Amino acid sequence: MPINILMPALSPTMEKGNLARWLKKEGDKIKAGDVLAEIETDKATMEVEAVDEGTLAKIVIAAGTSDVPVNQLIAIVAGEGEDVASAAASGGAAPAPKAAASAAPAPSAAPAPASAPVAAPAAIAAAAPAGARVFASPLAKRLAKDGNIDLARISGTGPHGRIVERDVKAALAGGALKPATAASASAAPMASGMADEQIKKLFQPGTYEEIPHDSMRKTIARRLVEAKQTIPHFYLTVDCELDKLMALREDVNKGAPEVGGKPAYKVSVNDFVIKALAMALKKVPDANVTWTEGAMLKHSTIDLGVAVSIPGGLITPVVRNADTKSLSAISNEMKDLAARARNRKLKPDEYQGGTSAVSNLGMFGIKHFSAVINPPHATILAVGAGEQRVVVKNGQPTVANVMSVTLSTDHRAVDGALGAELISAFRHYIENPMAMLV
Amino acid sequence: MANAPYDILIIGGGPGGYVSAIRAAQLGFKTAVVEREHLGGICLNWGCIPTKALLRSAEIFHYAQHAEDYGLKIEGKVTFDPSAVIKRSRGVSAQLNGGVGFLLKKNKVDVIWGEANITKVGEVTVSASKKPAVQPQHPAPKGVLGEGVYAAKHIIVATGARPRVLPGIEPDGKLIWTYFEAMNPPSFPKSLVVMGSGAIGIEFASFYRTMGCEVTVVEVLPQIMPVEDAEIAAVARKRFEKAGIKIMTSTKVVKVEKGANDVTCHVEDDKGAKQVLKAERLISAVGVVCNTEGLGLEKLGVKMDRGAVVTDGKGRTNVPGVYAIGDVAGPPMLAHKAEHEGVICVETIKGLHTHAMEKTMIPGCTYCHPQVASVGLTEAKAKEAGHTVKVGRFSFVGNGKAIALGEPEGLVKTIFDAKSGKLLGAHMVGAEVTELIQGYVIAMNLETTEEELIHTVFPHPTLSEMMHESVMDAYGRVIHS
Repeated sequence: MPINILMPALSPTMEKGNLARWLKKEGDKIKAGDVLAEIETDKATMEVEAVDEGTLAKIVIAAGTSDVPVNQLIAIVAGEGEDVASAAASGGAAPAPKAAASAAPAPSAAPAPASAPVAAPAAIAAAAPAGARVFASPLAKRLAKDGNIDLARISGTGPHGRIVERDVKAALAGGALKPATAASASAAPMASGMADEQIKKLFQPGTYEEIPHDSMRKTIARRLVEAKQTIPHFYLTVDCELDKLMALREDVNKGAPEVGGKPAYKVSVNDFVIKALAMALKKVPDANVTWTEGAMLKHSTIDLGVAVSIPGGLITPVVRNADTKSLSAISNEMKDLAARARNRKLKPDEYQGGTSAVSNLGMFGIKHFSAVINPPHATILAVGAGEQRVVVKNGQPTVANVMSVTLSTDHRAVDGALGAELISAFRHYIENPMAMLV
Repeated sequence: MANAPYDILIIGGGPGGYVSAIRAAQLGFKTAVVEREHLGGICLNWGCIPTKALLRSAEIFHYAQHAEDYGLKIEGKVTFDPSAVIKRSRGVSAQLNGGVGFLLKKNKVDVIWGEANITKVGEVTVSASKKPAVQPQHPAPKGVLGEGVYAAKHIIVATGARPRVLPGIEPDGKLIWTYFEAMNPPSFPKSLVVMGSGAIGIEFASFYRTMGCEVTVVEVLPQIMPVEDAEIAAVARKRFEKAGIKIMTSTKVVKVEKGANDVTCHVEDDKGAKQVLKAERLISAVGVVCNTEGLGLEKLGVKMDRGAVVTDGKGRTNVPGVYAIGDVAGPPMLAHKAEHEGVICVETIKGLHTHAMEKTMIPGCTYCHPQVASVGLTEAKAKEAGHTVKVGRFSFVGNGKAIALGEPEGLVKTIFDAKSGKLLGAHMVGAEVTELIQGYVIAMNLETTEEELIHTVFPHPTLSEMMHESVMDAYGRVIHS
C-alpha cells in the first residue's frame, strides 16, 4: 500500500508550516531515516524523516510552499515492490489517513496512466494534486517544474486565465503566490473532514449512537474551525502567585453584608481573574483591539467574555465595562449571566462582542491549557487551577499558591511583546490584588 | 461649432488606423478616421501590397525564363511591358483601397477627408491637406466628411511614417527615388544603385534585377538585411549575388552627383577605400521617419523619443485622451504591428483585459527572391541577452517538396533557450518562407517548447516539414540531414 507522507506538526501548537525544500526527488529510493524534506516555521527548521523504505513516487506539495496545514498530504511513497506510477496516482486526492486513502479514492482524482514513466510525470498531474486542472502554457509548466513552484499557486494572466511564462517568472522572482493553493484548499478540508459515511465505516455498526447536532453544537464547530483556520494563534504562559489574592478574597467575603439572611456577595477567584484581565487591558490599551482586514479596531470600552460551560456546550456571556465594575458587581453579574446561560436565556447582546475572554478550567484541576480565540476577540486567557507548589524565593524553596494562565493571542492584532505586556500586567494585578481596588 | 462628438477619432487611415477604426466600431464606439491622401495608407497604396504585385510579375517572369528547368518550352522570347506590370500593381492597390472604404462604410465609421490637427485634448480640427498628394492618386471615397472641428473623447494618432532623407542625397523624384517613384517609374532603368539593404531596398533590388537591371546594393552595415540573423543574411546574399546583384557592405554613399539622366555615387568602405558607381537611378531606402509634425502634439506636451511618440505599450501617451499606434509609436515599423497595436489600444479604451504587445513575437517578411522571414531573436541577439542556446538548422536540399518545386536552396534555423526549451527565434530563407513563418509565430505565442513542436505532425510533402526538422536538429534528432 502506498505510504502517504503528511505535513508533520513540529510542536503541539503548530497548525501549518512552510515546506522549505525537498532533499529527495521523485523516483529516488529512500530508506528509513533518510531526510525527505525540510519544514520551517517562523521559529525553526526541522527535517522530515522517512519511516519506511520505498521509492518517492510523487511530491504533492512543491518546495517553497508556505503555510501547509499540519496533516496535509505532502508526498507519496511507493512501498517496496510496489508500482511507483500507480502509487503516485493513488494518493492525489485523498490526503487522509492511510486506510482511507486506498479505501476511498476521491472521484475527482486525475490518475496518471499506469504506464506513464515516473521520470516524466505529467506536468498537469504534478501541478494539480487535487485533480483540478490548471491551465498553463507548455513553457509555463516547464518553468514551474524547473523552478519547483506549484502552478496551482500562480494566478494566470493569459487568455482565459491561462498561466503563461510571465506569470511563472513573476512568481519565481518573488511575486505574490496564492495563499492557499487550489490543491491544498480543497485537500485540507478533506483531511479534517472526511465524508460522514467514511468516518462511520471506521467503527462497528451498533457500537455507537448518533446524536444529531443542535444549533449550539453547529455554531461551536463552525466558529472554532473558523478561528483555528483564520486566526494565527500564539500562546503565552505565566505562573501567578495567589497567596495575597486568597487572603484578600477571604477578607472581602467575610465582610460581605447580609441581605435576607445571605451574604450580599461571594467573590470567586474567577471574579478576581475577570477584574484583573480588565484592568490589564486598561493598562495596555493597544491590546484592547479587534482585527479587521481594513483596519485595527481599538476599543474604548473593556468588555470581557467569560466562558460558561452548560449542558451540551458552552457560551460566553460578556461582562461589559469590566474595568469600571467592582468585584462584587462583577461577581453578582456573573452569577446572573451564568444562571441564565444554563437555561439558554441569554439575549444575543449579552454574549456578542468583547475583545478578550476568560476560560477557566481550574475547578477541574486542570493545571494548564490553551484556549481557542473566540472571534472577534484578539485574546483569550486560559486559567488553570490554583494549587500549592514549591517555588524558589531568595534561593530557598517555599510553598505558595500558584495558578498557571495562558494567553492565546491573535498575532494579526497583538504581537508577542504586546501580548507579554498584557499578561504581565495581568499577573501584577493578580499578585497585588489591592492594586485593582485603588 | 463642433460636430457631434465621437468616442474615438483616428488620425490616419493606414493599416493601423482603419483596423483600429473597425475594431472600435465593433466594440460599439462612434468612430471616425481622418485621412488626407489614401485609405489603406502607404501599406496598400505605396508599400507592402503594390510591391508584392510587382514582385509577383518578376517571379513569373523568372519562372518563364527558366521554363526549360521544368520541361516546358516557350516559343520565342519572354519579355515584359513595364507599363503593364505597373498598371497591374496599381490595379491591385486600387482594388484594396476601395475595399478599405467599403469596410469602413460597412462598419459605420465616418471618414473625414483632410489634414488633422489636435487643437486641444478632445478636439481635432481638419483642414485641406497641404501635402501634395503622390500621383496618381486614388479618388477620395464618396460620402466623406470635410473640413471642420470635430470633438472626440479619445484621439488615436496613426499617422505612420515616410522615407528617411539623407542630407545631400535628397530624393528628387527623377534621378534619386524613394519607394514612391521606384514603384511607379515612367520606364525601368537599365542600372540602379540601391542605398540601404533593409526590406524595402532588397525588395526593389530583387525586383529590378529580375527585370534585367544592373543593380548595386550599398549597405553601411557589415551585413545585408541587418535585422535578420547573420547566417540567414549570408545565405540570402549568396543567392542575390548569384542572381547578379552587386552587394557592397560596410560601405556608405558619401556623395551623389546628378547628371542629365544618370547619377554618380561616390562610395567609401569602412577601411576608407573609395569607389565611384554610375547608374541611371539611385533608390534611397535608408529607413523611415515618423509623421509627427503638424498634429499639434508638441503643443499638447505629448512625450516623444527619437522622433516617435512614447506610449505605454497599449497606445496611451502621457496626455490622457491622446493615443498613438503603429509606425508613429516607434519600431518595428510594420503594418501588422500597427494593426495589432491599434486593436490593443481600442480594447484598452473599452476597458477590456489587454496586454502590451510582445515585440519579440512580431514576425518580419521580405519578399525578395529568395524570400526571408523571421520571428524572435537572432542567434546573436539571443546570446547577447544571456541565453544559452540550442540551434537547429535544416536546408531546403533535404526537403522533398523543395526539390519538387525546384527550390533546393534555403535554410530554416531555429533558436531555443537550452534551459527552458523556449523557442526564442526562427529564421528562414528560401521559397515561400513568408507563408511558413506564421507556424512558428503561433508556437511562440502559445509558449510551446521544443517538446510540443517535436510532437506535432507536419503534413507531407510540404515545405513546412523543414520547420519540424529544424526543431529536431536543435535537439540532435533530425531525420533528413
